[in-house]
Amino acid sequence: MIFRARHLLGIEHLSPQEIVTVLDLADRYVDLNRRTVKQSDTLAGMTQINMFFENSTRTQASFELAGKRMGADVMNMAVAQSSVKKGETLIDTALTLNAMHPDLLVVRHPSSGAVNLLASKVNCAVLNAGDGRHEHPTQALLDALTIRRAKGRIQRLTVAICGDIAHSRVARSNLILLGKMENRIRLIAPPTLMPSGVQEFGCELYDDMRKGLEGADVVMMLRLQKERMDGGFIPSEREYYHRFGLDAEKLSHAKPDAIVMHPGPMNRGVEIDGELADDINRSVIQEQVEMGVAVRMACMDLLARNLRADRGKRAAEVMV
Amino acid sequence: MTLHFINARLIDPEAGTEDLGSLSVVDGMIARRDDSAPVGARVIDCAGACLAPGIVDWGVKIGEPGERHRESFKSAALAAAAGGVTTIIARPDTAPAIDTPEVLEFVTRRAEEAAIVRIRHMAALTKARAGREMTEIGFLLDAGAIAFTDAMHVTTDTKVLSRAFTYARSLGALVIGHPQEPGLSGGAAATSGKFASLRGLPAVHPMAERIGLDRDIGLIEMTGARYHADQITTARSLPALERAKKNGFDVTAGVSIHHLTLNELDVGDYRTFFKLTPPLRSEDDRLAMVEAVASGLIDVIGSFHTPQDEESKRLPFEDAASGAVGLETLLPAALRLYHAGQLTLPQLFRAMALNPARRLGLPQGRLAEGAPADLVLFNPDTPFVLDRFKLQSKSKNTPFDGARLEGKVIATYVGGRQVFSGA
Repeated sequence: MIFRARHLLGIEHLSPQEIVTVLDLADRYVDLNRRTVKQSDTLAGMTQINMFFENSTRTQASFELAGKRMGADVMNMAVAQSSVKKGETLIDTALTLNAMHPDLLVVRHPSSGAVNLLASKVNCAVLNAGDGRHEHPTQALLDALTIRRAKGRIQRLTVAICGDIAHSRVARSNLILLGKMENRIRLIAPPTLMPSGVQEFGCELYDDMRKGLEGADVVMMLRLQKERMDGGFIPSEREYYHRFGLDAEKLSHAKPDAIVMHPGPMNRGVEIDGELADDINRSVIQEQVEMGVAVRMACMDLLARNLRADRGKRAAEVMV
Repeated sequence: MTLHFINARLIDPEAGTEDLGSLSVVDGMIARRDDSAPVGARVIDCAGACLAPGIVDWGVKIGEPGERHRESFKSAALAAAAGGVTTIIARPDTAPAIDTPEVLEFVTRRAEEAAIVRIRHMAALTKARAGREMTEIGFLLDAGAIAFTDAMHVTTDTKVLSRAFTYARSLGALVIGHPQEPGLSGGAAATSGKFASLRGLPAVHPMAERIGLDRDIGLIEMTGARYHADQITTARSLPALERAKKNGFDVTAGVSIHHLTLNELDVGDYRTFFKLTPPLRSEDDRLAMVEAVASGLIDVIGSFHTPQDEESKRLPFEDAASGAVGLETLLPAALRLYHAGQLTLPQLFRAMALNPARRLGLPQGRLAEGAPADLVLFNPDTPFVLDRFKLQSKSKNTPFDGARLEGKVIATYVGGRQVFSGA
């Protein structure tokens, strides 16, 4: 078992072995979460602060539940509405929190790299819950766990990622993770929503969804942000649905046992057909949510172990 | 004060030569370049160190008026002297902008009182640099404006710009453009490509610069204005620039030292000291710029010294202020190109001293008899590690913090008077 990281800032910094470590441990937490009594004392006595500079219901709930099930004291700070509006800088907010001695800091921020900046200023473990359009590592890990449980492996699969790739941190983290685990990645998007230079990542690019889905094992749909729907990047919602919305007909081009994923929240009838999203034979969207809690428990468990070891080492040095 | 430098490696950008020899200075002017010392001269043995014309740094932001906590005339001049810069060509993007003869007279007086190097001021081309009405170009010229620019602000209204160009032309004034299509570059913090996509940063395509340059060249053809592009940073702009020069338009171009010595990957994990305008480019672009300086297609290298306080840089990359200080690091950074065998010392000083002085109608930048004795004596091989807190600038936002550099200034002279001693 290998996991050396002090913070979880992005998939970029994880090795394939570390990814496997997280997934293996998360599998055990899935079992725990399915019991009636879901308590463990892994994080007992530790303080977890969730700082969300961007509104979020699902991710924040998932992190909160993960912390509580492991016995941590969890505090949610709705920073989106508080001191930041009064002009306090990110660094000052971080230093203020740091003075309260948290052990785990879960941060979401609308600017890419903001979580890295924050992590350099505090002495606790920082988990990136999404920064701008940079990374969303726990989402990629929970997607990997979902795929591994459905397909039995997370190597040598053909994965199609489809939708607003340019603005998606989920897509970035996923394509880094899937690349590290040696999968074949296809990106399907209208050219206006495709990031530049992405062909150098070793992905195949498609602007025709049917061709892109040909023979895919996994179909990952991305959420189309409301503010990008009209005029700017795509002509209209209905044209987008016609060309890039996933329905049964388009899905028939993928492998017959291909699974359908979506990070949520979904826009039914924009990027995915409502009926298909609910089809328990194809869609693993609800399972993704379940895996989310387990993966976040695993990540916090591993980071807490490293944090304790780190502090133990420092205390020992002081004694000598 | 009469001086006689002996055993100096004389860097003469005009002749394109570097020879071991002597040079004497009488009454603030370069007098002779032979071995006989003038009567009563103080003899300075350079022991083989380089003696070159002082650098004319075109495009320096000084925080006066408005932002003296970032940089004052005094601190900027100290930094310049320490970096071998003897003439600062200051930008008008201050608060308020230098857009009236009154403000210009104020900064000129302040600079004369406080600065140990020469400072000349550019004035805004449009009022408040807003791109709506031209400034009083005639009055500003009379008050000593050396050129006209809205700095990094691009005027989108081509009608306004064409009138300003036409009016400036009638007075023989030099206008400076910032070639960039603001519709494409707005909000960008990086150059589009693999790196920006991986970091999730809003990015601008290098073509935005070409489109801006093409428009400006069109306006030059239309109005006959004397034009200088402040920064050309991408290979895509070079053919357009070359064509404009071949067609006989009165066009020159510059590049920042940072775009010659750094590339987009230097941003690394969101290091905001590397956030510049325009953003750092790919390695291919950087090499193309170095070549363009060597061939003379790009005329001028400047530091584009932009002091920013710590607070404005200690933010997420997208929100952080743009720009880097450069007065003190221009020479050692440029010497990286010399040590890499990409540019010779005369080529470097042609771009850092001779060309900017010539283009701006200044007598500096030469080692010829009768030129002002603005000189820099430096050893190009002295290695050092840069510590940003040792810089003279009030702001310490240098991308070269902790960098290994070679080349230290031994002494700087302005009009024959020593203003810096590195010993």
